[in-house]
Amino acid sequence: MTIINYDQRLVKSKNPYPKGPNDWKRFFSFNTDAKVIGIQYIVTALFFLLLGGLLGMLVRGELITPPSDLFDPTVYNGLYTMHGTVMLFLFLFPMLSGLTNLLVPPMIGAPDMAFPKLNALAFWLVPVFSIILLLSFFVPGGPASSGWWSYPPISIQNPLGKMINGEMLWITAISLSGISSIMGAVNFVTTIIRMRAPGMGFFKMPIFIWTVLAAQLLQLLGLPALTGGAIMLFFDLSFGTSFFRIEGGGDPVLFQHFFWFYSHPAVYVMVLPVFGIFSELFPVYARKPLFGYKFVAVASFGITILSLVVWVHHMFYTGTPMWMRNLFMFTTMLIAVPTGVKVFAWIATLWGGNLRLSTPMLFCLGGLFNFIFGGITGVMLATVPVDIHVGNTYFVVAHFHYIIFNTIAFGIFAGIYHWFPKFTGRMFYEGLGKVHFALTFVGATLNWLPLHWAGLLGMPRRVASYDPEFAIWNVIASIGAFILGVASIPFILNMVSSWVRGKAAPPNPWKAIGLEWLLPSPPPHENFEDDIPTVLNEPYCYGLDKPFVQDEQFYIDKSFKKH
Amino acid sequence: MLSENKSTTINHIPGHVKHDGHNMTGFIIFLCSESIIFFAFFVGYGILKVTAPVWYPEGIDGIAVKEPLINTVILVSSSFVIYFAEKSLHKKNLWGFRFIWFITMLMGSYFVYGQYIEWSELSFSLQSGVFGGMFYLLTGFHGLHVITGILLMGLMLYRSFLPNNYKGGEMGVESVSLFWHFVDVIWIILFVLIYLWQ
Repeated sequence: MTIINYDQRLVKSKNPYPKGPNDWKRFFSFNTDAKVIGIQYIVTALFFLLLGGLLGMLVRGELITPPSDLFDPTVYNGLYTMHGTVMLFLFLFPMLSGLTNLLVPPMIGAPDMAFPKLNALAFWLVPVFSIILLLSFFVPGGPASSGWWSYPPISIQNPLGKMINGEMLWITAISLSGISSIMGAVNFVTTIIRMRAPGMGFFKMPIFIWTVLAAQLLQLLGLPALTGGAIMLFFDLSFGTSFFRIEGGGDPVLFQHFFWFYSHPAVYVMVLPVFGIFSELFPVYARKPLFGYKFVAVASFGITILSLVVWVHHMFYTGTPMWMRNLFMFTTMLIAVPTGVKVFAWIATLWGGNLRLSTPMLFCLGGLFNFIFGGITGVMLATVPVDIHVGNTYFVVAHFHYIIFNTIAFGIFAGIYHWFPKFTGRMFYEGLGKVHFALTFVGATLNWLPLHWAGLLGMPRRVASYDPEFAIWNVIASIGAFILGVASIPFILNMVSSWVRGKAAPPNPWKAIGLEWLLPSPPPHENFEDDIPTVLNEPYCYGLDKPFVQDEQFYIDKSFKKH
Repeated sequence: MLSENKSTTINHIPGHVKHDGHNMTGFIIFLCSESIIFFAFFVGYGILKVTAPVWYPEGIDGIAVKEPLINTVILVSSSFVIYFAEKSLHKKNLWGFRFIWFITMLMGSYFVYGQYIEWSELSFSLQSGVFGGMFYLLTGFHGLHVITGILLMGLMLYRSFLPNNYKGGEMGVESVSLFWHFVDVIWIILFVLIYLWQ
């Protein structure tokens, strides 16, 4: 026996989380392995991306002509509400939980998450609340139709008087989604705080870990406020209370505060891990160290703190007093500082780098380009006079799609391609990936760029019919939306066929630095098993003569061995 | 097993060790998050109370403080009692722990009973305006936490009779005790908001 440095009892004790079956069946079972859960999340989320995309294309199909001819306006209200809800709560949150589950344990050298059972439970809530949400299509009165923010008094109307109605199912699903996210957040934060490899101090963590920590702390701080608001909304809708009913002495604007106190930071919960992905990928594909590592890391927490005090900018036009508008305009603009730090750091990383324009890098560059554009319109919207002018028009719709799809989804695609070989053990087809990128970029630009003009001209959002003067912008946007629909074909083809019969992936196909790249592809059940490395430097020392971990060659050799 | 050819000075940490001992961290993080729901309710209560044109339902101009005050005293003192239960467990006095722990459970149950009596004697309901809704929402949501606390204490009491339990640490007991203090602090804020600020 050479093992002497640690508690023998724990080493000999049976591994409490036995490995599940090693075939496709494990993806359909209550598996506690974070890598299985990660893939479960991602595949589920991609399914809902298709569904949400279909709903989005139905919305764009309705809007391709000025009159409401494809759907009844009531049906249209349900469509855009469900489009937003599916995309946010069934696609983006599960997708990011999936990426986080896959990446956090290997990146910090942990064998698994801190609470594997809780992790599996959090995942299996996703199909439960998804089914509840989708069932609302089949109840009398149709699904929730008050937009994804569900403002009272519209949301607490119950014209049919039924106990089970679309809005009630919507609130139930969102609350369950919140419980699942809190379970995930407790797990991620505990894992990152307690289970890092030796030597990995906070300032040696990969930026992705920094951003996940920042994002999940934001979940813990913000999400309960929405849950509280949702409980009160549920009582108003179903039990006749009057928290948000004016006629009963309540205050509908209070719900807006509860809602945006979480739902504005929710954007950062989604975008922060994507900033992490950008920060991981640019150094790899530019072959340069990340510029200003410490500033990029700390900027994540700057965003977290600031994003908790900006929510009223969604309410500039809902009777907010002037001092509050000015205050929140100021804090909102301050957010441009930490995000600006990140953008400059990425550009400086790219500057003079030896760029490799592979699929993940293309998605990153596209995402960065779109983020700068969306950021500029964001600063415009933060300005009170501009916001009062364009609030609730298509300018807002165009702005947040530039962030939520053109930045966040681009970053997600980049991450999926980048880490695909690591976790499936197969290489994807580069050509199909480039086709996917080209279609996505063209489709997304055609879809949302013209809508800025429609919005500036005054086209209101959430209407099924509109003035013919906006027709041209809407036709272009709808064509873009259908191109985005087509873009899913090369993506699905690529993912499925590469996973089934792609070329076997080496442990480190991109010559990247990071703990996950010192593992075999795919990594074994407990990642580093009984040889957790000691970290010496932050993982961005490309071209520098600084070792990343102690005894690096041992891990590289080990990663090539079959397990 | 470690391979032969690598240097012996390197500290390769085995992975299984890292599986254990995070429950307390996770539980504290959860409680911090849980407190935000109450915080949201409290802020909502404050805003509605300050801005609502009519606060108390018709025929009511306040709410009785005496019985709730007795309840408060019982709940707050149970927080000290549970501390002594924990202390006896640390001293390996298992029967002392069980006895004092059970007393805490009784005090918690009395609180729930007192709450029930108060609810059944009130002349307004959940639907009686903003105050009615807020009153039942806050006390009900807090009551759910008290009941959860009592159930968790029962679970810990049951576990204390299992052989060889509490040998590797008392994390469960510590977590439940922490939860009980949390419920207690929330009640104090709630008591001030609803009963004292009239």
